[in-house]
Amino acid sequence: MTDDLQVFWATYNTLVYTVGVHAMLALSIYLTLSCGLLSLGNAAFMGIGAYTAALATLRLGLPFGEALALGGLLPGLVALVIGIPTLRLSGVYLAMATLGFGEVVRVVFLNLEITGGSMGLNGIPMKTQLWHIVAILVVLVYGFVRLRRSKIGRAFEAIKEDETAAKAMGINTTSYKLLAFVLGAIIAGVAGGLNAHFTFFVSPREYGFDPAVDILTGAIFGGTGSFVGPMVGSAILAILPELLRFLKAFRLAVNGLILILVVIYLPNGIWDRKLFARLRRKGSA
Amino acid sequence: MIAQQLINALTLGSVYALFALGFTLVFGVLEVINLAHGAVFMAGAYAALLLVTKANLNIWVALPLAMLASGALGLLIDQIVLKPLRGRRAHHLMPMIATIGAATLITNAAQGIFGAETSRFPLGTIPEESFQIGTIRITELQIAIVIISFLLMLLLMVILKKTRLGKAVRAVAENPQTSYLLGINVEGVFRLVSFTAAALGGGAGVLIGLSFNAIFPFMGQPLMPKGIAVIILGGMGDVRGAMVGGLFLGVAEVMSVAYLSSDYRDAVAFGLLFLILLVRPSGLFGRVLERKA
Amino acid sequence: MLRINGLTKQFGGLRVLDEVSFQVPEGIIYGLIGPNGAGKTTLFNLITGILKSNTGTVHLGDELLTGLPPHRVTQAGIGRTFQNIRIFREMTLLENVMVGMHDHLRYGLAGTLLALPSHRREEKRGRERARELLSWLSLDTKATIEAGSLSYGEQRKLELARALATEPKVLLIDEPAAGMNPAETEELMGEITCISRRGYTILLIEHDMRLVMGLCQRIAVLNFGVLIAEGAPAEIRCNPEVVEAYLGKDV
Repeated sequence: MTDDLQVFWATYNTLVYTVGVHAMLALSIYLTLSCGLLSLGNAAFMGIGAYTAALATLRLGLPFGEALALGGLLPGLVALVIGIPTLRLSGVYLAMATLGFGEVVRVVFLNLEITGGSMGLNGIPMKTQLWHIVAILVVLVYGFVRLRRSKIGRAFEAIKEDETAAKAMGINTTSYKLLAFVLGAIIAGVAGGLNAHFTFFVSPREYGFDPAVDILTGAIFGGTGSFVGPMVGSAILAILPELLRFLKAFRLAVNGLILILVVIYLPNGIWDRKLFARLRRKGSA
Repeated sequence: MIAQQLINALTLGSVYALFALGFTLVFGVLEVINLAHGAVFMAGAYAALLLVTKANLNIWVALPLAMLASGALGLLIDQIVLKPLRGRRAHHLMPMIATIGAATLITNAAQGIFGAETSRFPLGTIPEESFQIGTIRITELQIAIVIISFLLMLLLMVILKKTRLGKAVRAVAENPQTSYLLGINVEGVFRLVSFTAAALGGGAGVLIGLSFNAIFPFMGQPLMPKGIAVIILGGMGDVRGAMVGGLFLGVAEVMSVAYLSSDYRDAVAFGLLFLILLVRPSGLFGRVLERKA
Repeated sequence: MLRINGLTKQFGGLRVLDEVSFQVPEGIIYGLIGPNGAGKTTLFNLITGILKSNTGTVHLGDELLTGLPPHRVTQAGIGRTFQNIRIFREMTLLENVMVGMHDHLRYGLAGTLLALPSHRREEKRGRERARELLSWLSLDTKATIEAGSLSYGEQRKLELARALATEPKVLLIDEPAAGMNPAETEELMGEITCISRRGYTILLIEHDMRLVMGLCQRIAVLNFGVLIAEGAPAEIRCNPEVVEAYLGKDV
């Protein structure tokens, strides 16, 4: 490594890690969106995963791999339990119910002794390495590619487009929605576990209403036409404040402005394959 | 003791109701979850602060002016951010995402201008008299807050129920296309509702700013999940429901702080919210009508 | 084959279907006609489990369908199309038909994620079958385009192909000719006859009398939720009650 590169890495490694974790969260919300579910519970699932993995490391002294696995498993189980009654709701009602669930989770973290109350958990050892994040992302992307060309991926899309018609095709829509919800929770949980092991601490504040909305924003901003869009969108929203550093106090304001402009001028998100195709045709003609 | 708590709950609850009223109005008529409502709430409080400190106005003069200012801000958000999105076949969540952009923009601009620290009204702005009735202490401010909130809510209800304008608003809430065919100025109704909702939100901001005497750029943020809780409790888009829901949330919060622990304040409200959604998704007052949103 | 016994459905105080009973014998095209609001589509929704009946039963062969959720009714062997077209507009024709095969592709999540041979084999078999079904309705040349870009008539045909993909014992078709021009209707009649010849039992709702009389071996007539006649087309044509309720204006 040259000196420049070392300086860059020393300055920006946390940012690179953050981009990776956000990409995972984007995939987790894309999974539920891809079968038409607007679930805002992902931040809460991430929180459950983060606390679980951190406690597994701090209290039980488990190896990192096992801590991460627990961090995925517990949110998955919680999703299974709350999913059965909750997924009967649709549209904004589901969004609100999952937000409500998220607030309950946040308050539980705030008040349990084992989660360290409002102070959260500190001194979590640095265990996440870049290759962990990259490897998990590669596995996830491979899984999404496989899923898209399978009856499961088609069932998700059918449910998103027309749930009644999907049922008439012999698809057990309830189980598939539950599957998407649980898988989404597991991914968010693992992302939380990774996050806790490079930021050194977890606190209830990180998993409330605002992060829940941020995850959704990244996904819609990128475009929900394919799983690439949400990853691109969330990565850009994570990097943008760094790029706008010169604006000082106003940089987040510009972030908001960019969001508005994209929504107005690129209504399908910035990663819009149909738009790309149109541009290509125009370019060659 | 319990009577004192009820007074406190009534004060807090009536402001929540006022806040949620604007929120629910926009959802009911424009079918947008307006996540910039918290930013407008904050802007109302700052407007009142400026009017009191820079223009030396009495707070009760500043209040209606601050409401007008936040109403104008709401109108601006609607015209710049939401109007271009209407009638488009974009993702149905796009308008909501756009309001997140607006909220981020406004909140952080406020932080850039006023700084992150908490501002306070100068001494003497807030009425400090209080009355002692038996063991209960009621401040003049509490009385003012309750009266103002209820007057505004009543006024809105009467307008919606009794006037031609109110009928037009309700028709648009029911079905914008049909209303348009019936000759109702739908865009006009959207503008009016955006203005009114933001004015109510800004008013709530002033009242909260007064009762805690604390104004800061992010003061609207904790209100957003609460506003959502209230309109779910009351049924989405339901005006009467927002009032009852707001009061209910105020009572739930004050009582859980008084008798459980302050730590569980939000858990009570949101636990209830979660349960209500599972049992009765349309809220306490909501029509059993699944809006496709 | 399909036995409907005493089916009643009430919405509030309104009785939309009143003790309707009839049987669809195996292998024929059975017509269900009646004026608008007679309860025909409601009957389809009751058979397929989208709505729950107040009383009455539906049997397919020996199997009781009443009370099953919609996807189980489909798996039991009832395929259907919708009156207001409900294709998956953002999927290709091939994908649409393959969604219909959902229950007949034998692999699971593990097979998909691990790229097991079962996944590849079944997907290949599914694609071939889907192309075959599309060719039955002369849509095979458009297999890879997006369904939303099809013409109205083609979308109706795609719904038929998709319903056939569920491997139904009985195919319920809701107003297939609605919105079609005479030439398209003619072509559709040929295609439905072909499907019937391949051994499918068909229950058909239709307004176009020429199509019904030309295709169906037996016909049931609903009027305000009551079954007023049932029999061969020739009998229905001469039934005075039917003529008064329905045919009087149209024929």
